[in-house]
Amino acid sequence: MRQAEFKSQNPLRSPVDRRLPRVAGPCALVIFGVTGDLSRKKLMPAVYDLANRGLLPPSFALVGFARRDYSDQDFAKEVHDAVREHSRTEFREDVWAQLSQGFRFVAGDFTDDTAFDALAATVTALANEQGTGGNTAFYLSIPPSMFPLVVQQLKRSGLASDARGGWRRVVVEKPFGHDLQSAQELNQVLDDVFPSGSIFRIDHYLGKETVQNLLALRFANTLFEPIWNSNYIDHVQITMAEDIGIGSRAGYYDGIGAARDVIQNHLLQLMALTAMEEPVSFGAQHVRVEKEKVLASVVLPDDLDAHTARGQYGPGWQGGEEVIGYMQEANIPPTSCTETYAAITLHVDTRRWAGVPFYLRTGKRLGRRVSEIAVVFKRAPHLPFATTDTQELGSNTLVIRVQPDEGISMKFGSKVPGTQMEVRDVTMDFAYGDSFTESSPEAYERLILDVLLGDPPLFPRHEEVEMSWRILDPILEHWASDGKPEQYDPGTWGPASSDEMLARDGRVWRRP
Amino acid sequence: MTTRLENTSAGEIVRTINAERHRIGATATGMVLTLVIVTDEENQSDATRAASYSAMEHPCRIVTLIPRPGRADPQLDANIDVGDTMGPGETVRLRLRGELSEHAASVALPLLLPDTPVVVWWPTQAPSVPSQDPVGALAQRRITDAAADVHPMHTLIERQKGYTAGDTDLAWTRTTVWRSMLAASLDLPFAPITSVDVRCERSNPSGALLQAWLHNCLDVPVDMHRSQGPGITDVTINTDNGPIDLSRPDGRTGRLSRPHVASHDVPLPRRDLKDLIGEELRRLDPDETYAEALAAVRLEQPKSRRRTPDPADAEEQT
Repeated sequence: MRQAEFKSQNPLRSPVDRRLPRVAGPCALVIFGVTGDLSRKKLMPAVYDLANRGLLPPSFALVGFARRDYSDQDFAKEVHDAVREHSRTEFREDVWAQLSQGFRFVAGDFTDDTAFDALAATVTALANEQGTGGNTAFYLSIPPSMFPLVVQQLKRSGLASDARGGWRRVVVEKPFGHDLQSAQELNQVLDDVFPSGSIFRIDHYLGKETVQNLLALRFANTLFEPIWNSNYIDHVQITMAEDIGIGSRAGYYDGIGAARDVIQNHLLQLMALTAMEEPVSFGAQHVRVEKEKVLASVVLPDDLDAHTARGQYGPGWQGGEEVIGYMQEANIPPTSCTETYAAITLHVDTRRWAGVPFYLRTGKRLGRRVSEIAVVFKRAPHLPFATTDTQELGSNTLVIRVQPDEGISMKFGSKVPGTQMEVRDVTMDFAYGDSFTESSPEAYERLILDVLLGDPPLFPRHEEVEMSWRILDPILEHWASDGKPEQYDPGTWGPASSDEMLARDGRVWRRP
Repeated sequence: MTTRLENTSAGEIVRTINAERHRIGATATGMVLTLVIVTDEENQSDATRAASYSAMEHPCRIVTLIPRPGRADPQLDANIDVGDTMGPGETVRLRLRGELSEHAASVALPLLLPDTPVVVWWPTQAPSVPSQDPVGALAQRRITDAAADVHPMHTLIERQKGYTAGDTDLAWTRTTVWRSMLAASLDLPFAPITSVDVRCERSNPSGALLQAWLHNCLDVPVDMHRSQGPGITDVTINTDNGPIDLSRPDGRTGRLSRPHVASHDVPLPRRDLKDLIGEELRRLDPDETYAEALAAVRLEQPKSRRRTPDPADAEEQT
């Protein structure tokens, strides 16, 4: 990789010198759909936060492309407002002044050839004005249906070619298609123009920080690995719950639903990371190989009715607020069968995981916002206590909290102080935020920095994306033939059918 | 809430902290290190505040030792803050009177958190060999500040002679922003480097360390020139293609100029104590790059092409 050559050539950088932050190399970031919600709330503040933490190079440029009649100054103002409102770190005038020197805006439509030629000229000019060296990252913050058009334009205008020097990278956000076939078509479009190592598929739910925390927990300790198998683990629950509804995202969400939105990428990735064998190294390829092995060995339950569940939130009261149901949200057709809650049971057919079900669930308007992996252990085979002594003893559980409030908690039995022998569950808790000087960066900060550094390891490649669809497609087909999903009350933990799904296996969902 | 204990002992202080923790329902399990500050009455307040600011981000126990030597009877007085007022950590300020001021380590030892790293920080005067000081010997990381001394360059040479893995100096921490920006300026391809010029204030240990580091990395002559400050004001990397220049005349904003690229402003602030301590606590393993830079520091005349030597330099040589 070209970037790596620079680094090793830079005599002032040394792996031993841990104080120097890994600053991105000189480059320009081009954002398509820059006036959108995501860009204003997440991307622009993340760019500023990176600059404020000193992680952007002095030669950095941000180019906006959208259908607005903006000048560079208007654009800078727009970014300024977004940063003031949403940035994580404090606003510093000198950082801003320096950063905003590299702001450019190009107005135009995706069908407009001249606009893309203007964009190409802007990017070329920046190589000298800002010293970007021609390195360019394209961030497609636009609906997937627009990808073919934009990618073709990038090709036509010569923007996608690195013939004039520097690297080219393209960033796309989930969803990566809506089923196997569409995912393959999407990959085709991108593969035609960009080499696969330059395509960054971003799942902002799954920050790299999270993945690395999980890998560190599993493979840096001796404590957990010996019991990380079906001899000791009873089952695994992976949850991602949101307390909000779909808001104004009906256009995106309806017809997609919870399973495609979250299970396909986020929960299956977490499951793969939880279940995978130790990779040969933490290099991109080795981690990917192990994740793919897990995804390839996933088997679906025979009876999909009994072992999957879905629901749609109804109207009601949630946390002291009256909220509308999914069917009452703006622009939802009355015939909509889109699920806002999905739970599935999966098995991983390997020696390590034989007989250990993985329960994956996600939903909107649930009890609270939480994302976690709960590894529930088997009960001790023999308890040398009277049954009354251990009545309140549950299963030992290791919970990896993903976000918010990343951390690890462990539940185990402990004797209640006093003369009577009584064992009750207690929780031991560790939070990353409490124990390290540096607070965890926002997922987008890490993502953007990784793209600019050219660090692809933990982004899924198209093979993984396609394998995930192979797992999910049969379930989605089954649901499609099954009519309307069951309603659940807002602020609860989902529909009754999902509780029944676990009850059939003699288990219960843990309250996250 | 501050608890004041007069004429007390380390055991009683530990019992008080535990009782206070129990009362507010918080446990000390999340704490990651013990920071021992050895300082005088004049500096204890600023240093403790800077340290407790970093404890906002990660809880630690701060033990500030304030020796008060004199003829008074040996006595230990403690001010203990647990919880809210000083952030999530806990702060113990100890005044060691009379002969006790010679035995600070005996007071500090029982107050160290179990099985977690210990850091000692001397905000002003530090022992000449920090690792051999009784308090310094308790720590795996020892932070000194050569710039806070009356003769900074002499102090830096003393550090060099007494260096033990785990030592670090805030004069080095202050160079991080410069080093980071200079490294970034060489991320683009550049022509062969012929020499480097560093400009900084008189007797500036950070400038000397930066000079040594650049020399170690680039293996070309690195000349030191005097400027009016504040701190380091300019670094010029001379290449076959023209100079790469980073200057900061006002102590806030830097300006980066490179051949064939329009020059632009870069943030290059002089950081305050809490940021410096924050950076120091981030990594607790020995800093090899610092060790190498420190070893390469030489007390020498700045090559500022003046005819008469500055008497101030001569004084430093003595």
